[in-house]
Amino acid sequence: MSKSQLPVWEVFVQPKSGASFQHVGSLHAIDKEMALQNARDLYTRRLEGSCIWVVKSDHIISSKPDDQKSFFDPSDDKIYRYPSYFKVSKKVKDL
Amino acid sequence: MTDNYEKNFQKKIDSGKKIEPKDWMPDKYRLHLIRQISQHAHSEIIGMQPEGNWITRAPSLRAKMVLIAKVQDEAGHGLYLYSACESLGITRDELIDQLQTGKAKYSNIFNYPTLSWADIGVIGWLVDGAAIVNQQSLRGTSYGPYARAMVRICREESFHQRQGYEIMSKMSNGTKEQQQMAQDALNRWWWPSLMMFGPHDADSAHSSNAMKWKIKRETNDALRQIFLDRTVKQADLIGLTIPDPDLKWNEKTKHYDFGKIDWDEFWQVVEGNGFCNKERIANHIKAHKEGIWVKQAALAYAKKMEN
Repeated sequence: MSKSQLPVWEVFVQPKSGASFQHVGSLHAIDKEMALQNARDLYTRRLEGSCIWVVKSDHIISSKPDDQKSFFDPSDDKIYRYPSYFKVSKKVKDL
Repeated sequence: MTDNYEKNFQKKIDSGKKIEPKDWMPDKYRLHLIRQISQHAHSEIIGMQPEGNWITRAPSLRAKMVLIAKVQDEAGHGLYLYSACESLGITRDELIDQLQTGKAKYSNIFNYPTLSWADIGVIGWLVDGAAIVNQQSLRGTSYGPYARAMVRICREESFHQRQGYEIMSKMSNGTKEQQQMAQDALNRWWWPSLMMFGPHDADSAHSSNAMKWKIKRETNDALRQIFLDRTVKQADLIGLTIPDPDLKWNEKTKHYDFGKIDWDEFWQVVEGNGFCNKERIANHIKAHKEGIWVKQAALAYAKKMEN
């Protein structure tokens, strides 16, 4: 008997309507329908979500943690992207 | 070269950062995690058997529905943990194979039989209670996927413990026979529950690196003491007696002192000589064999849809 392991899927749950989807874990399933149903049974037994995304694990492209420094380098030296960079008199309200 | 990697790795751990699947990690760290997480996952799955044993004989429809939901949770917990474990580069098939060939262990406690309905109460109260103490501590473990699985499991597990305590308190307030059943179950499960935390720190084979790498956050003995202090009071409240003549409040340490644990029994069961070792694994193999057609049918269907 062949030991055929089913493909791995990643599961994302939207906690409530309007919120961002969050990764909650993974599971095994043969197709998208089974993946969705398994995700529902496994990750939302207590109304944890209003919507679920599933995507095959090997379709996810990740940056490499080891390259974190160089990869994110361009965003490190532009402190003027933060509001605190700009000096404004305390008298100015609602800015 | 590796030295440098290892230094950076330890620095990251020391600063409280989590290690994620694609991060560099020492081989021994990876292996330790695979061993520990898979053992944890197997325990959830094998743990369904002693409880499943009572689903058809639950004393009321309510009790049956609650027990089914609980056993279903255990399956879910097993799957969260398998998926965390697989992120370390091992397949589910390999993990299942290790369990079925005896290479991987599961918690010893599930090699004891569930003889009466009170055993279901005591499992929820003590076995899940002990597991919660361990799992609460593991929310702070250094491997990200494991820590996240623990957060999720802890959230769900407290219903299990309350379910068990409710059974125990109903029975110990019930008829004489029910009281005796409750006390008998406590007598049989008390010591094995204390053993769940593993050998004393001085005799624990896996502790040293596990603490340095923050896989484990507290020692076996420290966790055992937390569990014990909590549980003694809970037993008092429902009029049950902990079967330990040496159990005594220690004013100095502010903890309960307790009697000697029979580690010979513990090792006997670990070695496979418990009441149910063979039955548990045989059932697991049988379930996989008898269920393989479902997988094959799903595969055949998926192939057909592709064409």
